[in-house]
Amino acid sequence: MKEVVVLSGKGGTGKTSIIGSVAVLSRKRVLADCDVDAADLHLLLDPSIEEKHEFRSGQVAVIDKDKCTQCGLCQELCRFDAIKDYTVDPISCEGCGFCSHICPADAIVMEECKAGDWFVSSTKHGPLVHARLGIAEENSGKLVALVRQQAKEIAKKKELNYIISDGPPGIGCPVISSLSGASLALIVTEPTLSGIHDLERVLGVCKHFGVPAIVCINKYDLNEENTASIREYCQKNGVDVAAMIPFDNEVTEAMVRGMTVVEHSDGRVAKEIKSLWQKIEQKLQG
Amino acid sequence: MIISVASGKGGTGKTLVAASLALSLKDTYKVQLLDCDVEEPNDHIFIKPDITRSEAVSIPVPAIDEKKCTHCGKCAEVCAYNAIAVVAEHVLTFPELCHGCGACSYLCPEKAISEIPNTIGKIETGEADGIIFGHGMLSIGQPMAPPIIRKVKTLIDKERTVIIDSSPGTSCPVVEAIKGSDFCLLVTEPTPFGLNDLILAVETVRQLGVPFGVVLNRIGVGDSKTEEYCAKENIPILLTIPLDTEIARLYSRGIPLVEGMPDWKSKFRELFDNIKEIVDEGSRSLKR
Repeated sequence: MKEVVVLSGKGGTGKTSIIGSVAVLSRKRVLADCDVDAADLHLLLDPSIEEKHEFRSGQVAVIDKDKCTQCGLCQELCRFDAIKDYTVDPISCEGCGFCSHICPADAIVMEECKAGDWFVSSTKHGPLVHARLGIAEENSGKLVALVRQQAKEIAKKKELNYIISDGPPGIGCPVISSLSGASLALIVTEPTLSGIHDLERVLGVCKHFGVPAIVCINKYDLNEENTASIREYCQKNGVDVAAMIPFDNEVTEAMVRGMTVVEHSDGRVAKEIKSLWQKIEQKLQG
Repeated sequence: MIISVASGKGGTGKTLVAASLALSLKDTYKVQLLDCDVEEPNDHIFIKPDITRSEAVSIPVPAIDEKKCTHCGKCAEVCAYNAIAVVAEHVLTFPELCHGCGACSYLCPEKAISEIPNTIGKIETGEADGIIFGHGMLSIGQPMAPPIIRKVKTLIDKERTVIIDSSPGTSCPVVEAIKGSDFCLLVTEPTPFGLNDLILAVETVRQLGVPFGVVLNRIGVGDSKTEEYCAKENIPILLTIPLDTEIARLYSRGIPLVEGMPDWKSKFRELFDNIKEIVDEGSRSLKR
């Protein structure tokens, strides 16, 4: 069983549109949407939810006003400035529990939070594991790990060859959680100075965690000079540029119709994504 | 006044808006631009500040004095993040899991735990043509962005008009960047992904109680559902930017919109005036 995760560093480079098409092109796969705080893959794949589970994680401090003597020790020791006027701000609370351990009046308890939901759905392109992190919640990394774990179990049970994951933007906790232990990272970038800057950082993360990476330059014709610099950078660093997708409104047109590009048309974008999937499959098998 | 720029979906134009707003206001107001997208900061590419100061950001992590330690296990018991484990006669620490709360060192009965700084990134400050600039950068391989965002926000100069650029999404880094703002601009695009993520972002800012409005970027693609949603929810659309390959090309070269197309300056000033009006109106109604 092999797992490919799509990352980008910079947001909005086209991860989800590409992974949606890859979902259609591939066989014997399970899909995992690891962008748990702004998941979009379901908008292309029309899933019917078969299982829904609560994700409980993290804790928040609650002060019992009747027991509290207003000594102020908790406020003084909290490093996250989460307690003011003997009241906890649940958004600032990191759930460390320090206050509950030191309260001399035993007035603080830690309560478990419902931090989101996760789902197993069926789509016409195979099973999809996805999630929704609660608004303003923490622990997105743990939810990502859970989504991947579930996808792995489905793959084992149904003897599927591939796990295809849509990752979040950035390089922090949910990205690390999506990436660690994957077989291959596909980095989708765009030929903008921001895109290049962010590509370099996310490739650094892949290297740090020892996951091989390949690059896809999306909207490559937006700035061919920048495209050339990306190719040069990748060559110098031994990273394969596996696809160059032209800018075309058909990507958005497909999205508006709630379908993937390869289902929507057989144009330039679709052709390049088909060849990209062939290359990914070769990498995964080789 | 503090204005934060957020989005839900990535790549909708937060940086374009934040940089252009700062550049449009700098001749009239004292402006500070703080890039709180510490995972992938990009404003410096457009603003090109002279960075004059760089400071490491660290969180305090435990260091165990094995001579004093009796392996009682209290530290592992109180750590909510599994960043300390006591195995037989050894204490193992995992600095990348530590949030730096300080519980272990305070509660160790033998006073065997001190705290040492673990660097997770840096902040840099400087100036660009009158704009006071600051940003944070999470080190490669480090998971935790919020401590760096908090550090960037210590730079806030209340005497200035402060513009905060945030990361995409709706989870803790975004909340950390937005909270405490007087106004939040949500930048989106009129596509199904843009709308789906805008709705999540709206829930987030509503929960934080920060007044907000929308910038609709790349109009001309997609559909009208985002506008319909804003109308239904009574959310003001404060600026629209068309889908224009020239705008995209300027962006790709790191040229701010208002420098490549100076006509846009007046639109960004108008945007600011509208924000100011909403914020002033809000504080007047609070006083009433």
